Amino acid sequence: MKLLTTNFLTCAVKTCKTSPLSFPLHFKDATLERTEIDFDPLFMRNLLPRVNWDALTTTATELGLQALVPAKNPVDVVEQSRGDDGDIDVQAEAEADAEGTTINATETNADHEIEEEILRRLHNLLLETGVVEGKLVCGNCGFEYPIKEGVGNFLLPAHLV
Amino acid sequence: MSRPEDLLPPDLYYNDTESAKYTTSSRIQNIQASMTNRALELLDLDRPSFILDIGCGSGLSGEILSEDGHIWVGMDISPSMLDIALQREDVEGDLFLADMGQGIPFRPGTFDAAISISAIQWLCNAETSDVSPEGRLRRFFDGLYASLRRGARAVCQFYPKNDQQRTMISQAAVRAGFGAGILEDDGGTKNVKTYLVLSVGGGDITGTVSKMEGVDIEDGRKLREAMHRGKRKGEDIKGSKQWILKKKEKMKNKGKIVKSDSKYTGRRRGPKF
Repeated sequence: MKLLTTNFLTCAVKTCKTSPLSFPLHFKDATLERTEIDFDPLFMRNLLPRVNWDALTTTATELGLQALVPAKNPVDVVEQSRGDDGDIDVQAEAEADAEGTTINATETNADHEIEEEILRRLHNLLLETGVVEGKLVCGNCGFEYPIKEGVGNFLLPAHLV
Repeated sequence: MSRPEDLLPPDLYYNDTESAKYTTSSRIQNIQASMTNRALELLDLDRPSFILDIGCGSGLSGEILSEDGHIWVGMDISPSMLDIALQREDVEGDLFLADMGQGIPFRPGTFDAAISISAIQWLCNAETSDVSPEGRLRRFFDGLYASLRRGARAVCQFYPKNDQQRTMISQAAVRAGFGAGILEDDGGTKNVKTYLVLSVGGGDITGTVSKMEGVDIEDGRKLREAMHRGKRKGEDIKGSKQWILKKKEKMKNKGKIVKSDSKYTGRRRGPKF
């Protein structure tokens, strides 16, 4: 199970839906595995704004991978630096879009060249690192979801549904 | 033809032998692939996305998602199916053993899209007495609605047993907040494929689908509205001049003797002393 997926998982128990403790789920006795997946910067850019950075930091710390997580979501950092001249930037991009893709590519490349390296490292962490064996534990109700061969068991007994 | 839904619960029906049969049958592989491609076409994704595959089975549909550069997460209730998915090499998505009728355990706004091939008709079965099809459908669609990003779309291909099941499923989707539409390929034939196309927070689904090729829209709402309006317009108020004239005409046509029309027809008599 990819680290990316665990960043979106919550406890399935009905009463936990409202509790902030039910997210993120905590790892227990986790065994890690690395699988290779093609790097796709487009996908990473699409997804990163949705990643909950606090949860990712927590999960990575539990797995001993905290060194691999940047302190801040790179998407937020870029947005902040753009904050001063945001309007002009948007306009410029829109113009570039209108004129054609070649110009657009050169325009955006300057922005993303620094990012590419960070994206690749995050791709490594989020998509290629996975948990094969272990348990996910809800911080609220304490229910344990076993993971076997990378497949999480999220079937609930009838009284918890 | 017998329906697996009528025989056993999904986790028992798709045991090791049945799952292996399902995955290796080239006929099923072809059908699944064409339906997945059709669903992807309906989703109309413009960039590599994060997709939920509900009832992913052995990953036949996921394989196609991976080919298109998407990253997917699959849910299925049958351990045997998931086992086969693990053995097959080209399954890249994350798998979960989970019951869609128990909800979708992801936080709000997770996925760009959702896809489901030949699965959600199973929701119409209740295997134990403490659950009902309605409850399972509600839980599923509520969970799905929450887990999708605003503006996202979901396409669920399913095999409804009858019209009643079809309405039950689509109504449950609408109740959860989806803009919903049903698309039929090869309608009226034995090979009819039913797709439930859902959009989150996007309101009208017909607008988005209408641009696509080979899609005829039969808007249930407009039809109903027109019928309603027509009924109100066409019907005269009982006792009015219009109504009386119509009645007289009808009787005349039947060959009855009817008083001829005059300016007094349908008029009130003056006040009585």
